[in-house]
Amino acid sequence: MSEQVGLRGRLWFQTLTGVSSPQSGDPGTIMSASALAGNQQALYLCVVPNAGSRFPCVRDGQVGLEEAYTLATHLRALMEADRDRPRAEKSPIIAVVDVKSQAYGRREETAGIHFAAAVASDAYGSARFAGHPVIALVAGHAFSGGFLTHGYQANRILAFDDAGVIIHAMHKEAAARVTRRSVADLERLGHEIAPMSYDIRDFAKLGILHQLLHVDNPLQPGPGEIEMVKQAIAEAIEDARSGPADLSNRLDSAEAKNTRKAGIAVRELVRQQWRNA
Amino acid sequence: MSAIQIPATVARKSFIELNARDRANSLIDMGSGKELAGPFDQMESPWLPLQGVTPQFDDGCIVIKGTIANKAAVVVALEGAFQGGSIGEVSGAKMTAALDLATEDSLAGKPTAAVLLLETGGVRLQEANLGLVAVSEVVSSILALRRYAPVITVIAGSVGCFGGMSLAAGVSSYIVMTREARLGLNGPEVIEQESGVDEFDSSDRALIWAIHGGEQRVGMGLADSLVADSVDDIATAVQRYVAAGALAAHRSEQAALYRDRIAALDTAQQFDPLALRKQWAAKQPGGAK
Repeated sequence: MSEQVGLRGRLWFQTLTGVSSPQSGDPGTIMSASALAGNQQALYLCVVPNAGSRFPCVRDGQVGLEEAYTLATHLRALMEADRDRPRAEKSPIIAVVDVKSQAYGRREETAGIHFAAAVASDAYGSARFAGHPVIALVAGHAFSGGFLTHGYQANRILAFDDAGVIIHAMHKEAAARVTRRSVADLERLGHEIAPMSYDIRDFAKLGILHQLLHVDNPLQPGPGEIEMVKQAIAEAIEDARSGPADLSNRLDSAEAKNTRKAGIAVRELVRQQWRNA
Repeated sequence: MSAIQIPATVARKSFIELNARDRANSLIDMGSGKELAGPFDQMESPWLPLQGVTPQFDDGCIVIKGTIANKAAVVVALEGAFQGGSIGEVSGAKMTAALDLATEDSLAGKPTAAVLLLETGGVRLQEANLGLVAVSEVVSSILALRRYAPVITVIAGSVGCFGGMSLAAGVSSYIVMTREARLGLNGPEVIEQESGVDEFDSSDRALIWAIHGGEQRVGMGLADSLVADSVDDIATAVQRYVAAGALAAHRSEQAALYRDRIAALDTAQQFDPLALRKQWAAKQPGGAK
């Protein structure tokens, strides 16, 4: 993978919002803008690499302390501004996702990056429960704590059907080390065991995605492709508004009923036994 | 002849030495507990055997419903001795199901607290994406429940609470820790692997506890109660928070406060843990005490 992480995120954020620089007061790693999604004004958020970040361990597109707290601050401000609106009129939130990982640094651990990540996922999740449709568009990489911080609380997740899109718990080299396998073994296992795979089409088999979107080259989208993506976001917003505010819809798809059947069965068993306990 | 004085450290019953099931039972009122989806139900991971790893009939996650100080509660305990307490599809679904049912009962007029005993390295890499999605669902289910009933995370040790599950701790109403416990997103070994030994020397035990240890996390206001490794002391802390009930405002809702705190830090060198603790402890935000 020679392509730099973060290029796709930045490009799609600019394409969808027309905004190409961070807001004043924000770190250079956060793009935030109010722009139309369908016919509604929406909050778009994206984490981008910034080689000049004052935190060394986020310079390649990782999500660190400033990123998590800035995302959360924008989300909390939107929730406050929309507080008196009825649920049906809460502003949509679109997270454009292309993140390498969480930041692996001592500064980050010392200052409690786990809590920063919790604050951001709290803000996304609380916005969703308040009635804001939260849509994630995975344009590139969505790894581990980076995705948990930025995007995985969405009630609808869209992703490009493209080899450059990867959603995973850990990058290949580290996962191989931790599970004591070679990278080649890990790749072979990924094709047999869907949750281990680094291929977005295998990820789609888990039933977590709302939709895979085909764009020939996500770094050079044509006008028709941009329109298609905008339309998909607008439809996802309407779909989210008509569904539950929790994440139960992730278990409703035919793919989930097949791939996540063990999890679905244990939930059902706990429910039965809870009622009799 | 005077009686032999047994020091308190010897006489007290260790919590850390208990396995997850005994830990959970030690917090539930005597005779009130019932284990749900227990080992006899044989709900094991379908993914581990495919990779030559022996699964366990409870998938390392113990769910016990009962009462704590006579109030409805459910305790969910991760077994650190099984696959490092990692979250897989089944263990994650057990935790989410328990939280969601507690929310349903709370909404129906029977507030039901959840106590999470987290000894975990995070996502189980053999179940990778189903572990990661499980973490996002656990976090969401905690957000749903904590509005109506307290969600109390206990990190006793010795595994600590790392990876994705540290976010679950972070959004909890209350966190109880011992001095032996650790809480962080990335463990020292992972940081050393990813960013080099100059960034983090994972053999430096003093450094690890200075950063991730229970005393530090409580001291800097990211956890609420520092307790001894004692069944009685941990049970007392949990009972106090169950009695206190749901919070009106949560620590993890304070985005702007913590953004400003980070903005005020000088990043030219590593942060001194003790200095940071003093700085942040000076004005504790609301929330639990």
